[in-house]
Amino acid sequence: MKTMKMTLEMTSALRHRLGAAALGLGVMLSCGLAHAVNNLPGGPAVNQIDLHPPVTKIAEQQQWLHNVMLVVCLLIFIAVFGVMFYSILRHRKSLGHKPANFHESVAVEIAWTIVPFVIVIGMGAMATRTVVAMKDTSNADLTIKATGQQWKWGYEYLKGEGEGVGFYSTLDVTQRQMSDSGKLVATDNYLLKVDNPLVVPVDRKVRIITTAGDVIHAFAVPSLGVQQDAIPGFVRDTWFRAEKVGDYYGQCAKLCGKEHAYMPIHVKVVSQADYTKWADGKKKELLAAADDPTKEWKLEELLARGEQVYKGNCAACHQASGKGAGPIKPLDGAAVVLDADHTKQIMVLLNGQNNGAMPSWKALSDTEIAAVITYTKNNWSNKTGQAVQPSEVVAARK
Amino acid sequence: MSAVLDHPGHHTDDHDHGHPHGWRRWLFATNHKDIGTMYLLFSFAMFIAGGIMALVIRAELFQPGLQFVNPELFNQLTTMHGLIMVFGAIMPAFVGFANWMIPLQIGAADMAFARMNNLSFWLLVPAAAMLLSSFLLPGGAPATGWTLYAPLTLQMGPSMDAGIFAMHIMGASSIMGSINIIVTVLNMRAPGMTLMKMPLFSWTWLITAFLLIAVMPVLAGAITMTLTDRHFGTSFFNPAGGGDPVMYQHIFWFFGHPEVYIMILPAFGIVSAIIPAFARKRLFGYTSMVYATSSIAVLSFIVWAHHMFTSGMPVTGQLFFMYATMLIAVPTGVKIFNWIATMWKGSMTFETPMLFAIGFIFVFTMGGFTGLILAMAPIDIQLHDTYYVVAHFHYVLVAGSLYAMFAGYYYWSPKWTGVMYSETRGKIHFWGSLIFFNVTFFPMHFLGLAGMPRRYADYPMQFTDFNAIASVGAFGFGLMQVYFFAFVVWPAMRGQGAPAPQKPWEAAEGLEWEVPSPAPWHTFETPPKLDVTATRVIG
Repeated sequence: MKTMKMTLEMTSALRHRLGAAALGLGVMLSCGLAHAVNNLPGGPAVNQIDLHPPVTKIAEQQQWLHNVMLVVCLLIFIAVFGVMFYSILRHRKSLGHKPANFHESVAVEIAWTIVPFVIVIGMGAMATRTVVAMKDTSNADLTIKATGQQWKWGYEYLKGEGEGVGFYSTLDVTQRQMSDSGKLVATDNYLLKVDNPLVVPVDRKVRIITTAGDVIHAFAVPSLGVQQDAIPGFVRDTWFRAEKVGDYYGQCAKLCGKEHAYMPIHVKVVSQADYTKWADGKKKELLAAADDPTKEWKLEELLARGEQVYKGNCAACHQASGKGAGPIKPLDGAAVVLDADHTKQIMVLLNGQNNGAMPSWKALSDTEIAAVITYTKNNWSNKTGQAVQPSEVVAARK
Repeated sequence: MSAVLDHPGHHTDDHDHGHPHGWRRWLFATNHKDIGTMYLLFSFAMFIAGGIMALVIRAELFQPGLQFVNPELFNQLTTMHGLIMVFGAIMPAFVGFANWMIPLQIGAADMAFARMNNLSFWLLVPAAAMLLSSFLLPGGAPATGWTLYAPLTLQMGPSMDAGIFAMHIMGASSIMGSINIIVTVLNMRAPGMTLMKMPLFSWTWLITAFLLIAVMPVLAGAITMTLTDRHFGTSFFNPAGGGDPVMYQHIFWFFGHPEVYIMILPAFGIVSAIIPAFARKRLFGYTSMVYATSSIAVLSFIVWAHHMFTSGMPVTGQLFFMYATMLIAVPTGVKIFNWIATMWKGSMTFETPMLFAIGFIFVFTMGGFTGLILAMAPIDIQLHDTYYVVAHFHYVLVAGSLYAMFAGYYYWSPKWTGVMYSETRGKIHFWGSLIFFNVTFFPMHFLGLAGMPRRYADYPMQFTDFNAIASVGAFGFGLMQVYFFAFVVWPAMRGQGAPAPQKPWEAAEGLEWEVPSPAPWHTFETPPKLDVTATRVIG
C-alpha cells in the first residue's frame, strides 16, 4: 500500500464522493482518498476516533482522564435520558396517561444540586495531579526555544547537550504546492513533512520554551501531550519526556494568518547515542558555516546574504516592500538608510529605537547586520551602492 | 377582555393617534410587535448569510487540498461566519423574541422606551451592512477568527476598522435593548405580576440583559484598544511596544464567556415555557429555575480563562478556572433535571414546539458533556483549538440556542401571525434538522480527538472521510433551513394556513394566551387585572 500512489482528479473525486454519499455514509467510509492513504505513526491514523497513542506520562494521564470522563458522562447520559425517554414513551396523552400534579420539592432540588456538585469536584480532583505535573518544567535535561514565525518554526538548543544548535523548520514545498493545486496524490504525511525536524533524545526531560516573532502561534504535539501558545514578546514553557523512539507530528494550533495550516511540527525522538551523534554533526556544520567577521565581502555577496536576513527578521514588520505598515517606519527612502554615514544605521540595529518599537538586533552576527544593512541600502528605490562590511559592525559594537 | 383590547368595539387600527402604513410603519416603528418582527426577519437574513459562509467553508473542507477558496478567503469566511452568527443572528433573534413576548407575558402595553427600541433595531442594519461589505475592502474581510486576537488584528487591512466600528454599533444596540428590557420588566408588569410569578422567559431575559450591560462595554473596550493600537500609536496589545497580547485574551473572554450565557439563557426560558405546556403539568421547580439561572449568570464571570489553558497560565490559575468551570455544570444540571421532572408523569403530546424542546434538551446536554470534558485542563491541552471545540460549541449554540428559537417560533407563531403552521412541515423541519445537525457535527468530535486543528483550510489526508461526512451533513442542514423559511415562515407571513385559536395549546399558561390571535397591534393598554397565579386576565 505504501508505494501505491493514486492520483485523483478533483472532479472525479467529487463525483465519486457525491455518489458515495448517496449510497450511504457507511459505504463512503470505505472508499475515496482516505482509502489510498495509510496511518501515519506518531501522526493521525485514517479515520482515527480517539486521542493519539500516548508517548509520555502526561499524554497517558490525559488519555486516562478522557476515558474516565467518557465513562462517567456516558453513565450520566444513560441515567438522565433513560428517565426522559421512559417518560416520553409512557407518559403520553395518546396512551391516556393523566398528568400528575406534583411540583416544588426542596429535598429533591437539594439532592440534585449536591450530587452533581460532588461529581464535578471529584472530576476536578482527578485532574489536579496532572495539572500540577504538566506545569512543572524544572530540572530539564535539555532546553529548547521554539519560536513561531509566519509561517515556520525556529528551534534553538539553549541548554544541555547540543547547546548552540539552531535552525528553522518549514513545510515541504511540494506539499504546499500540492495543496494549492487541489489535485492530491495520496500522501501519508501530507502537510506534516518538514525540512528539519526537531531532534530530541528519548527518556530525557525536554523543556520547550515558546515565543513568537510576529503573532501568536501554538506549539502542539498530541502524542507528547503538549500544547503551548507561542506569544510574541513573552516566553512560556512546557515540557515532555518521550518514552519511545519515533517521529511525532503536530501542527500550529493558534490562528496565525493565511498560512496557518502550513506550519507543522515534527519531533524526532532518537536514542541517546544517535542524539549525541546528531548534535555533534550539527555543531560541526554550524562551525563551518560561521562567518569570519574580518572577511571583506563583495557587494553582491552581502546583498544575497542580506536578503535572507531581511526576510527572516525584518520583513514581518517592515514588509517585503520596505514600506512598513501602520506605526512601523518605512525603510524605503528613509534618511538613516540612505545616509553615507554607516554607523547611524548600525547603531539603530544594535540598540533599537523608539523605546523598543524597533527592537535591538545585537543578537545577530556582525556579518548578518552588515549584510542586511547593505541590502536595505541597495534595495527598492534605495540605490546608494554602499557596502557595509562586518568589520564596521565590530567597530560599532565597542 | 376589556383590559386586553383597549377600546372594545373599535378596531385597533383606527386608534386615535393612528398608525403609519407602508414603509413608515417599519422605519418609524415604535410598536414592540413590529420591532420584534423586524428583529426576527433581520436575524434570519443574517442566519442565511452566515450559513452560506459556513457552506463555502464546508465545501472547501469536503476533501483535502484547496479547491474553491484560498487560505486568505478561508480565514475571512471563518471569521465572518462567527461574527455574523453571534452578533447578527443569535443575539438579535433573542431580542426579537423579547420584544414580541415580554410585554405580552407581563401584561405591559409596550416596551418602556419605544423610540430607543426603534433605534436599537435600526442601528443593526448599517452595522451588518458595514460588516458584510468589509469583504469588498482592500485585503478582504477580517481574517483573525471571531475572537479577534491581537496581534494578528494589527496585521489586518482597513476591514478590521470597519469590523470594529460595526461591532461598536451592534454593542450599542444590544446595550439599549437591554436597558429597555430591564426597565420594562422591572417597571411595567401588570398589578399582581410579581417577579416570582413572572414567566421564566421574561426572567431569563432580565438576567441576560444585566449580563449584556455588564460585558458589552468590556468588548467595546477591547476592540477600541485594538483600534488605537492600529492607528494611534498605543501599545496595549502590541508586543513590539511593550504591550501584552494575552491581556487582550483576558479582556475578550471576560466578555466572551458571559456572552455564551447571553446566547443560551433566553433559550432556557423558551424551553421552560414549552415543556410544561405540552406535558400538561406545572414546571417542577420554578423557584430553583430562577436561582439556577442567576447562579449561571454569576458563575459566568469567573470562568473566562478556561478559554486560555494553553496560553501559559500559572498552575493555580489553571486549577481555579478548571474547578470554577466545572461548577457551572451544577446549575445547568438543575435545569435539565427540572425539565425532565416536569415531563415525568405528565400527559405529553409531541407537536413541533415540544419536539424541538426535547431535541434541545437531548443535544444541548451532549454539548454540556463535551464542555465538562474540555473544562478538564489536562484534556483541554489535547483538544484546545481542535475540531472538538468546534463540535462542542455548535452543539450548545446550534442545537441549543437555535433549536430553542425554532421551538419558540412554532410555539408562539400562531399568536404572531394568526395562522397555524403545518404540523407535517414542522416535523419534517425538526427531524431533518436533528439528523443533519448530528451528521455534520458529531464526526467533528473524532476529528478533534485525532488532533485536527480548527481554522485550517487544508488538512492531513487521514481526516478526509469525517470531513466529507460533515460537509454532506452541513448542506443537508442548510437545505432544511431554506425549507423552514419557504414552507413554514413564508406561508405564515402571507396568512396561509388554518386560523389560529386564541390559545392553540391545551395547557399553555401565560398572559400571551389571553389576547386574540393574531395579537392585535395594541394590547394591555390599560393594566389588566390578573388572577392569583398571574396567568389569567380576570377583568
